[in-house]
Amino acid sequence: MDARSRLLSASRWRWYEPLLWAVAFALPALLPGHALIVNEIAIVALFAVSLDLVLGYTGIVTLGHAAFLGFGAYCAALFAKFIHPDPLLGLAVGMAAATVLGAVCSVTILRGSDLTRLMVTLGVALLLLELANKLDWLTGGSDGLQGVMMGPLLGRFEFDLYGQTAAWYSLTVLLLLFALARRWVSSPWGATLRAVRDNPLRAAAIGISVPSRLAVVYTLAAGVAGAAGALLAQTTGFASLDVFALERSADAVLMLVIGGVGWLYGGVLGAVVFKLLHDIISGITPQYWTFWMGLFLVVLMLVGRERLSPARWFKGGQV
Amino acid sequence: MLTLLFDGIAYGMLLFILAVGLSVTMGLMNFINLAHGAFAMVGGYITVVLMQRLDVPFLLCLPLAFAGAAALGAVLEGTVYRPMYRKPHLDQVLFSIGLAFMAVAAVDYFMGSQQQIMQLPEWLRGRTELWDGALGMGHYRLFIIAVCAVLTVALQYVLTRTRFGSRLRASVDDSRVAAGLGIPVNQVFALTFAVGSGLAGLGGALGAEVLGLDPTFPLKFMVYFLIVVAVGGTSSITGPLLAALLLGVADVAGKYYVPKLGAFIVYALMIAILIWRPQGLFVRKGGK
Repeated sequence: MDARSRLLSASRWRWYEPLLWAVAFALPALLPGHALIVNEIAIVALFAVSLDLVLGYTGIVTLGHAAFLGFGAYCAALFAKFIHPDPLLGLAVGMAAATVLGAVCSVTILRGSDLTRLMVTLGVALLLLELANKLDWLTGGSDGLQGVMMGPLLGRFEFDLYGQTAAWYSLTVLLLLFALARRWVSSPWGATLRAVRDNPLRAAAIGISVPSRLAVVYTLAAGVAGAAGALLAQTTGFASLDVFALERSADAVLMLVIGGVGWLYGGVLGAVVFKLLHDIISGITPQYWTFWMGLFLVVLMLVGRERLSPARWFKGGQV
Repeated sequence: MLTLLFDGIAYGMLLFILAVGLSVTMGLMNFINLAHGAFAMVGGYITVVLMQRLDVPFLLCLPLAFAGAAALGAVLEGTVYRPMYRKPHLDQVLFSIGLAFMAVAAVDYFMGSQQQIMQLPEWLRGRTELWDGALGMGHYRLFIIAVCAVLTVALQYVLTRTRFGSRLRASVDDSRVAAGLGIPVNQVFALTFAVGSGLAGLGGALGAEVLGLDPTFPLKFMVYFLIVVAVGGTSSITGPLLAALLLGVADVAGKYYVPKLGAFIVYALMIAILIWRPQGLFVRKGGK
């Protein structure tokens, strides 16, 4: 197999994949009572996929990815509230805003070590959190931005209380962006990302421009995270400070680790497992969910995350 | 003006004591430990419990907070931290953040989520004014500055003048060669980790009154510790000290002059500094 067909074969859809997506799309109709959680899972899955582009494929250690989720959420919510209630327009605005922010922030991750990156990404998220908190005339401060009324989707489908429309909307956006992300990472350009991740020095030596790769992928991933944020704000009709919180970023990293880093389905799978775990555990001890999550993280890391990763089962050990 | 500067310095000194242990683990052992604030919280809670429930005098509480946090640090280092040293940074981040989450939830469970009130002894509560009120010094802040200054000098002395200090520096610069020369690298690191945790505990005990103490402490102040270490560079203790002072003064002054912006200034300052000098402001040439 030559390089070209190997790259292509990795991106080809397997026969079972349309089936899985069909099941996902059928869920809101089959289990109308659970449409809300399907919606939530689709949104965090999109966020995790976006983080995977940065962390899994390019190796940028970040604890501030929530900056883009939150920025997309607030921009979409503000757009719906003050300018136009159309969801698709709002989604585009949220994505565009987060992409621009990603481009600006990408200069911050080009220099320094893992620690420096960790700090500046975290710093940006906290900066935005502080801004959203202090600009209370615009964002509602710590009460959150309320009263976001969305228009019907495509002018026809109203968002209902049970979240069926919302679930289908989020699933569609997830599917589209997932397919797009898959095109990216299985293109030659995507292969250079993995080269950068595995050894930046070697990648630079064979003529890959490392800073430009980092900047571009960070910007694109920011746009995807912004889409997740916009969906979140639109389907809940609400944006609050917690979209910027450290826990959001940490949750997403955990999802990726559960599902498998550097494998796009890892984000989706991790989001499903994480959300279900979250629901079950908070059902038992609502207040101390963080303890069990912490314990899970510690044990997972001590055991070694690569041993648990489902990516190994599906891809025969090569991640 | 002078009062602000004074408060900023006191605050910075406090941050330094809280963060210096982290700069050791992070810079010297190359381990990203986001759970450092949990040790500080432990020290703070030890002090509060001892003072409120058992009527232990404040001055006795401080060494006990140090000892408690150091013991906890030693136990955790020997059991769970050591296997993590050789793992990738991402694993270390997740591991230590998991520890911090556990600490937050556990303290919430045992102590409740409300803010703990510290009753300072009488002799620390006053305030001295100099030059017609141009400089107002809270006695407690003076006390903090004195304690931190003594500790800083002692740390500097231990690191540069003692046998242990030279062993530690040797282990840090090249642990393989150090081990080959017969230095017990693991024990040196374990002891250093314990002392770092103990210092965090002491800082937590000293700072409970100034910073406030509740179960979210490790997450709330984690960023500040990280800023001190990242900005100060990790190869000496003067770097973090200067960074802590700079941060303390900037934070206090920022919150006084533009209270609307709050912590905004500190984060912006950190990002700017890290873009300008990714390895930290005060890193020595050739250092790690």
